[in-house]
Amino acid sequence: MTAVVPGMAGAGKGAPAVARRRGLRWVTASGPGFVLAVGVLVLLVLTAVFAPLIAPADPYLVDLSASLAPPGPGHLLGADDSGRDILSRLVYGARTSLLGPLAVVAISTVVGVAVGLVAGWRGGWVDAVLARAQEVVFAFPGLLVAVLAVAVLGPGQLAPVLAMAVAFVPYVGRLVRSLVMQERQRTYVSAYQVGGFSSFTIAVRHVLPNIAGVVLAQAVVNFGYALMDLAALSYLGLGVQPPTADWGAMVSDGQTAILEGALVQALAPGVAIVVAVVAFTVVGEGVADRLARRETGR
Amino acid sequence: MTTDPQSPALEVEGLTRTYGGLTAVDDVSFVLRAHGALGVVGESGSGKSTTARMLVGLERPDAGTVRIGGTAYDAVPRGRAARLARARAVQMVFQDPYLSLDPRVRVRDSVEEVLRLHGTEGARTVRARAVELLDQVGLGPREQEALPRELSGGQRQRVAIARALAPEPDVLVLDEAVSALDVSIQAQILNLLRDIRAERQIAYLFVSHDLAVVRHVCEEVLVLNRGAVVERGDAAEVLAHPAHPYTRLLLASVPHQGWDPAAIGRARRAMSNATTTKTSQGAAQ
Repeated sequence: MTAVVPGMAGAGKGAPAVARRRGLRWVTASGPGFVLAVGVLVLLVLTAVFAPLIAPADPYLVDLSASLAPPGPGHLLGADDSGRDILSRLVYGARTSLLGPLAVVAISTVVGVAVGLVAGWRGGWVDAVLARAQEVVFAFPGLLVAVLAVAVLGPGQLAPVLAMAVAFVPYVGRLVRSLVMQERQRTYVSAYQVGGFSSFTIAVRHVLPNIAGVVLAQAVVNFGYALMDLAALSYLGLGVQPPTADWGAMVSDGQTAILEGALVQALAPGVAIVVAVVAFTVVGEGVADRLARRETGR
Repeated sequence: MTTDPQSPALEVEGLTRTYGGLTAVDDVSFVLRAHGALGVVGESGSGKSTTARMLVGLERPDAGTVRIGGTAYDAVPRGRAARLARARAVQMVFQDPYLSLDPRVRVRDSVEEVLRLHGTEGARTVRARAVELLDQVGLGPREQEALPRELSGGQRQRVAIARALAPEPDVLVLDEAVSALDVSIQAQILNLLRDIRAERQIAYLFVSHDLAVVRHVCEEVLVLNRGAVVERGDAAEVLAHPAHPYTRLLLASVPHQGWDPAAIGRARRAMSNATTTKTSQGAAQ
């Protein structure tokens, strides 16, 4: 399951001016699904940031007497096989589950923007070399690269995050390249050249800000896919290691409990993953759609 | 940039540009005298815009030299010093004011950044100079604070003119600079350009397909057909008594009383048959 990024090709319609006064109206005008998804993301981030305040119990407190306790007043979502509070582990799990993708998206966006900007601006052989290099990366499914990275660097968050970051670079790089190629055809770029400005200044100070909105939308979509892929790696035991609370690892831990009829331990983190991924995708594509629409309907 | 007042503002010799097999600009030579205004007219594809873009260094000529204020310039400037020198020698105002301004940059900032690049120092001095330039092109404090999308086409073109004047160039290339504007706005911008030339030591190269506009702004005119100069001379004289059949055709093509499009079409076909030895065609626009 390589991260497929649908809909982004249509979003690459050039770089619109990002309105300063976006505000609440901008969000609500995109429909109830978009509003709901934004709400989910806000809630997720708040949960991760304020986990110690929100979690009802210590997520690492083992209490074998409460093993596989059903949802009830003591444990709102029940307890897992070690008797740890599932809700608290979910809340703390939001931290690891969001930090990993954040690192992936940050690295891949910075590198991808640099690669795409150089390729789109210089063109010619530079573009050709960078395009081939990205095709090589494309050729390997992200998860496979991650498995290889874990084999080299050992299990833990570092190897999967680095591997996924590399795997996501071409998605950003190709988008930025096509946006830059369109944008540099615009007369204002010629005007700056005639004014005596350097290519570097024009590209970084003028072209980049004009395409930033679409790139940001892509980053949000990528965040969702990175979250899913990293959860899959943790599920496989290659990413976050027990006992750290992480949604992917929790699903994996909960499998044996399913056989004993306790579904919540695996189901709750699974639902959290799905909701988060869908929310990121809806928000990212919603923003991209709006930017594309504004661009065409100028 | 200080220049010898005796030398012409712009001397172009043997300028040539081909795209594949098409000759867009074919051995074009002309002189724009200091403080003068030279019109370059021709149809779409006659090589006017390509010529303009080569003068400002946006396009690389295959052959030919460009001298501005007596100094020869590279085809395309390389390096900071060359870029700045070229920008102070020649500036350009583009056809479409809706595309020639960065949508994210406020009007005053777009002038200030040019001033800073060209060595105006001190925030106060830069601000004062930008305000002065924008005042000169008729943009008040409210427009100076605005983003381009908050302005009309005419106002945007005023911004583009102020920005082009900021490096104090010897030559201003106006590439169809009023073609995208309403007729009443055109007149305002043309008057503004006339006033600016009266006040400054600046020469205009006025590229246009609109003969009436050229007659209004320019003393001299150059007629381009398929990339080559077919006629040149005093603007009023050439446009009143065209010597070359192509110039006559251009003038006849402007709608007027007793206008006969069919006759123009016949004349056009006759002329293109007479010049079929030339393979050059319109790739210039």
